[in-house]
Amino acid sequence: MTGRHAMFAGLAVVLLALPHFVPPYFMHLLIQILIWGFVYTAWSIMGRFGFVSLGHGAFMGVGAYVPALLWNYAGLTPWVGIPLGMALSVLLGLVVGYPCFRLKVVGHYFALVTLALSQVVMLSIVAARDVTGGSLGFTPKAVGHSWFALQFPEKVYFYAISLALWLTGLAVWHWIDRGIGREALDAIAEDEEAAASIGINVIGEKLRVTLISAALTALGGAIYGQYMMYLNPETVSGIAVSLQIVFAAIVGGTYAAIGPTIGALLTISLNEGLRVAFGTNFIGAANTIYGILLILFIIFMPRGIVGMIEDTFKRRWRGKTASTA
Amino acid sequence: MDIYLLETIINGILLGGVLALLALGLNLIFGVIDVVWIAYADIVMCGMYLIYYLNAELHWPLLLACSVAIAWVAALGVLVHVLIIAPILGSAPINQLLATGGLLFFLQSFATLLFGTDFRNIGVRLPIIRLSGIYISSARLLAFAVAVAGAIALYFFLKRTFIGTAIRAIAQDRDIVGLMGVDQRHIYLVTSAIGGALAGLAACLLILQYDVHPFIGNTFGPLIFMICVLGGLGDMIGGFVAAFVMSQIISIGGFYFSTELSYVFAFTFFIVLMFLRPRGVFSR
Repeated sequence: MTGRHAMFAGLAVVLLALPHFVPPYFMHLLIQILIWGFVYTAWSIMGRFGFVSLGHGAFMGVGAYVPALLWNYAGLTPWVGIPLGMALSVLLGLVVGYPCFRLKVVGHYFALVTLALSQVVMLSIVAARDVTGGSLGFTPKAVGHSWFALQFPEKVYFYAISLALWLTGLAVWHWIDRGIGREALDAIAEDEEAAASIGINVIGEKLRVTLISAALTALGGAIYGQYMMYLNPETVSGIAVSLQIVFAAIVGGTYAAIGPTIGALLTISLNEGLRVAFGTNFIGAANTIYGILLILFIIFMPRGIVGMIEDTFKRRWRGKTASTA
Repeated sequence: MDIYLLETIINGILLGGVLALLALGLNLIFGVIDVVWIAYADIVMCGMYLIYYLNAELHWPLLLACSVAIAWVAALGVLVHVLIIAPILGSAPINQLLATGGLLFFLQSFATLLFGTDFRNIGVRLPIIRLSGIYISSARLLAFAVAVAGAIALYFFLKRTFIGTAIRAIAQDRDIVGLMGVDQRHIYLVTSAIGGALAGLAACLLILQYDVHPFIGNTFGPLIFMICVLGGLGDMIGGFVAAFVMSQIISIGGFYFSTELSYVFAFTFFIVLMFLRPRGVFSR
């Protein structure tokens, strides 16, 4: 156990020291990896139990747009706007989640209902173009360095914020993983009817993880908006983002806390790497390869990279114990 | 009644024909193989590009280009099944949905790579029919007629042929059918080919009305899943009716409000109906 603590301490030192060495471009990538890693972790809080939501674009969109709109039109600080966005997102999760779980809308059907939800949010943002700027996107009013507006031109501030955000995500993941509801959720994932028959509150447990997941995703969307200082309905909501979230989480693996972050690290560096390699001469080349990799991942490694590494280690470990016995 | 509203309603009905055709293809795959092809609309996009390429760049006659496209998209359907669905047929259904989601990324980016993001059309514009003050696009009328004919042909194929009966049987109970001497893998291939061919046919009808671009699938893709589910799994007639209900919501909503809002109404309507009738609107 001490080895593990030392490893964490080492990691913390590296992460804290990083801003002193890393050039701004890599800093930008790192912040994105942390924020998206947080969002993917938030998704996997419910996704790992087989409740595959294609609607997290909706929560992210609400979380990103509400504080930005309140800031521009009412001058309300994001410190109030972000919790409001999260609350609205939770409400949305409740309005769609409760009937879904009550009426046992599961599997494909759950995925499609949540997909419809993310389209509703994206198209509503586009339709309200007088207020939100529609497809052209939305820029929060910039005021320079300000704690009140939660705007920092220097990257190091957002690095610290996104690091804290990411650690919060991991903490919540662990809290649920170690919590009393964990066994109940596993049972539900295995067989809902059987779980209900032994007295598990199926609707309550599902709703709990869904609402936590929705709130965190909204928070991730808000911080993403504050950092990028530009929102576009296509990049923070709708089918494309929803699928992106699901893919990255699955590529990384949803069975370990670090999995979704590995997914973020891999997909973002792959995307950037391919973009740099191919340049702008071959628009689409990067995503073509990305698409093929996604298909291969789901066919050959449904447990994600972390799951695969775990399996290999377990097999090796088992092999050793078998040979010594 | 307002003549413009009447025109809107008629256009809605005509749009419903093509949507119904797409929903039928998806419904067949959904019902028989129990897989949601998230990339179905993007397979249609592939067909539209092929027709564009053959007709506008290689100057093939349109009918020949369309026939080739239908065959090619049918083959694409089989390829999707063999390469992507078949290897993971035994795993959780959601994995199959996600694998075709990867295909969606792949097809959209590959089309961007080949053709760029420009909007392209084949430059064929069918005449507009004027009927006592109402303007109707004959491309839409043709699309509607062909879609209905295609749906009827599919209906008789499923009802009257041996393989059609086997397809319907497998949708009802996939374990028992094996005992009756039906080869499931064979049926799955045939179903994927038919699903692909319907997508190809839809591509022929859509290229006459719309410009093709790599992301055209995103505009009507989510809509056809909703139609397919609303109509009820494996319920061909239900899917057909649902297509017209959705196309009316979109046409009339677009007439009074805006296109985006009309889609918001359609998707909200879908969510609410899923709660009221979780097994499809027309289920008994």
